[in-house]
Amino acid sequence: MSDAIATKRSKREARGPYGRVGTAINELDERLGIAKGGRTFLDKIFPDHWSFMLGEIALYSFVVLLATGVFLTLYYIPSSAIVTYKGSYLPLYGQHVTQAFASSVDLSFSVRAGLLMRQMHHWSCDIFVGAMVVHMARVFFTGAFRKPRETNWIVGLSLLILAIGNGFLGYSLPDDLVSGTGLRIAYSIMESIPLVGTYLGFFVFGGNFPGTSMIPRFFILHVLIVPLLIMGLVGAHLFLLVRQKHTQFPGPGRTENNVVGSPMFPVFMAKTTGFLFLVAGVVGLLGAFAQINPIWQFGPYDAARISYAVQPDWYMGFLDGALRIFPAWSFHSFGHTIPLEVTIPAVVLPGIIFNLAFAWPALERKFTGDNAIHHLLDRPSLRPKRTAAGAAVLAFLMILFIASSTDVIANFMHLSLSSVLWAMRILTFLVPLITYPVTYYLAKEMQHAPGSGKRKTTNVVSRSATGEYLAESAPAYDEDVHHELVAKTVPTFIEADLDSDNGVRKVPR
Amino acid sequence: MSENTSRTPVNLQSVRESDPHLQPAAKNPVVVERVIALNFIAAMLSFVGFLWAYIVNAQAWKLGATFGGGMTFLGIGLIAWGKYLMPRGPFVEERHVLASTQGERDAMSDAIVKRGGGVIQRRKFLGGLLGGSMALVGAASIWPLLRSLGPLPKGTLFHTDWRKGAFAVDQSGRRIHKNDLAVGSIVTVFPEGKQDTDNGQAVDQTVLIRLSNEHFTTQKGRESWGPHGYVAYSKLCTHLGCPVGLYEQQLQLLVCPCHQSMFDVTNGALPNFGPAPRPLPQLPLYIDSNGYIRAQSDFHEPVGPGFWERA
Ligand code: HEM
Ligand code: FES
Repeated sequence: MSDAIATKRSKREARGPYGRVGTAINELDERLGIAKGGRTFLDKIFPDHWSFMLGEIALYSFVVLLATGVFLTLYYIPSSAIVTYKGSYLPLYGQHVTQAFASSVDLSFSVRAGLLMRQMHHWSCDIFVGAMVVHMARVFFTGAFRKPRETNWIVGLSLLILAIGNGFLGYSLPDDLVSGTGLRIAYSIMESIPLVGTYLGFFVFGGNFPGTSMIPRFFILHVLIVPLLIMGLVGAHLFLLVRQKHTQFPGPGRTENNVVGSPMFPVFMAKTTGFLFLVAGVVGLLGAFAQINPIWQFGPYDAARISYAVQPDWYMGFLDGALRIFPAWSFHSFGHTIPLEVTIPAVVLPGIIFNLAFAWPALERKFTGDNAIHHLLDRPSLRPKRTAAGAAVLAFLMILFIASSTDVIANFMHLSLSSVLWAMRILTFLVPLITYPVTYYLAKEMQHAPGSGKRKTTNVVSRSATGEYLAESAPAYDEDVHHELVAKTVPTFIEADLDSDNGVRKVPR
Repeated sequence: MSENTSRTPVNLQSVRESDPHLQPAAKNPVVVERVIALNFIAAMLSFVGFLWAYIVNAQAWKLGATFGGGMTFLGIGLIAWGKYLMPRGPFVEERHVLASTQGERDAMSDAIVKRGGGVIQRRKFLGGLLGGSMALVGAASIWPLLRSLGPLPKGTLFHTDWRKGAFAVDQSGRRIHKNDLAVGSIVTVFPEGKQDTDNGQAVDQTVLIRLSNEHFTTQKGRESWGPHGYVAYSKLCTHLGCPVGLYEQQLQLLVCPCHQSMFDVTNGALPNFGPAPRPLPQLPLYIDSNGYIRAQSDFHEPVGPGFWERA
């Protein structure tokens, strides 16, 4: 009896003070040498500011997309072969539909939890793209894209484009009436590109619309190729993040040479894992209570029919709006046609917007002459020009988005379609033109406003001996007072006119 | 001011166990702990509910509510634990300069330029051949790769399946007789035999309208195209190819639901609103001796949206 206890104790002692964990680490480290790097990783500091959460939302909705998407692949059949629908949704019973459509309807009615998975997949897609856009806005307005992080800005933008593209591909898979209409439009947009357009359309669709290979091709792109690209780029994005470390807002003790916040283990790990659950939970609740893409109501795709509720997913709205309000300016000459009414709003416009976004870090470096390394973030009001430019572009896109429902607005406000159309055309120019100066001067004002960038303090109410009440605001928070002192860039080294080998570091600036 | 020193960031590795930075952030940890515990319990109950809902094959919303609810409780609990009950910090980590010394950079450039470049310089001819082969393998494989993806457009976009004498049939394949449509009504027609094909539905689709004769403007050269008040227009919107599926009977307008282009059917389907740049192509019709509606020929111009090769 006491012998048994003794052996137990001596065994425990033989394991050392860290027990099984210690043993495991020892064994692993002997083979892989993980201890040093592992400790650094566990100690990695993450800034506590809420805006750093936006990227996490994007990441975790992608995780939910992967999980729900794998479930869907098990039941969805990527085939345009015609079958007679014999499933449990009676209004469609006996109709001739494609296998893709039939299997998507079956997913919604016959597969247990299938409808929930479909709706969660679709909702997480919308949240994914939305979170990316907001994440990008925070990176833009705080200047987090500046040197040395230009590469990650480009990786992030590519992720946004891939996500939008994959969302569109996924939207087409159920082969319902609305998705087919979207594809028809996408085909016509390809066709509108001068010189190569018709070839592009024929090669992508395997012939004139609707072609022969749409569903199987788009399926493999949607479930394998694009997700792999996205995963690779997400990996690159996070690798660069760890290598370059986070940016941070100026604050007490925060400099260009450090990062202040919470350690990876356990604080950040707990919060971020909780966040994964929270995102999955919210997507689950949306999937439960907010119907999305009820394909059985739209019916199967039929090229000669159309639903009046043609609405693309939200992230395509700006393109649809641009196509609606652009005038009918087709160009015909020399035996050729350039459908400018399509090419400009649907090819040139997004081309300009995305290329401008890709080039922005380089443009800003060139125009400000600021080629320094930045780890401390800008308060948006301190960079009024950048902030105003970003706000103007967002306003422009927002108006185009609103323009994608001209008919709804006309109905709702009892206006004629043509007055709404003209109003949107004018607003497309007017709103950004007003947004720029307004934002610019607001930002300037905010720079000079007393207490700008500082939190409101409480009011201290006191009662004097005579019974009079006095309200005075408490002094600013300690951390806020320090702001202006620490936000300055402190040179980290002084260039010495020495050859590099003398133990003095010479870094070109 | 103790508050002040405890808000100054410290290094995680050098912090002592009694340091305020390691204290939880919550003012009242006991209360927070209870709230978190409640969240975890609610999560467990939800997951049991989810399993139950799955087993009894409950509606989707019950599955979603239990699963999503459970995940939400779990997430909130865990976030609160991390935020309020774990070391409150703030901690600081030094940022090391990523850049190497100029000497290290030069060493790398040297390796590439001298070692690599030296080899090429001595064998310029071989280098040229290597570059040539690489360029050729690229050029020689790109086109086949693309070309295998689909047929060439050639003339495909310039004609439809409508032929001289083709009967106009509806979606079920029934031929349309001149007495079939009441004045003011409309039907989608296809060339006989093509109504069930992909191309028939996507490209040949045509709207047949019986107009009252009074307000009709006949376009030059199309005097014989609309017998008996029947006119036929391609159903593909000239903007982006949506089916022009809405007929405003009072205004005699065909409306495209995609971007609200409107075409005046009494006047050669000229667009009078919206982004569509061209009228809908008109199909020349005739009525045969038995009273059936047939095509005189194919459309005289490509149907649907514009493209480069179109004149
Ligand atoms: C980049 C991330 C992704 C995005 C943005 C995305 C988006 C979408 C969207 C919007 C749909 C239409 C949903 C509906 O039926 O209502 C869809 C369908 C689908 N997705 Fe994804 N998805 C992504 C990743 C994946 C992955 C990784 C898989 C599988 C491994 C997948 C498998 C599927 C399948 C099978 C469908 C058809 C479901 C159906 O027709 O009911 N997706 N996707
Ligand atoms: S497709 Fe008809 S108006 Fe755009």
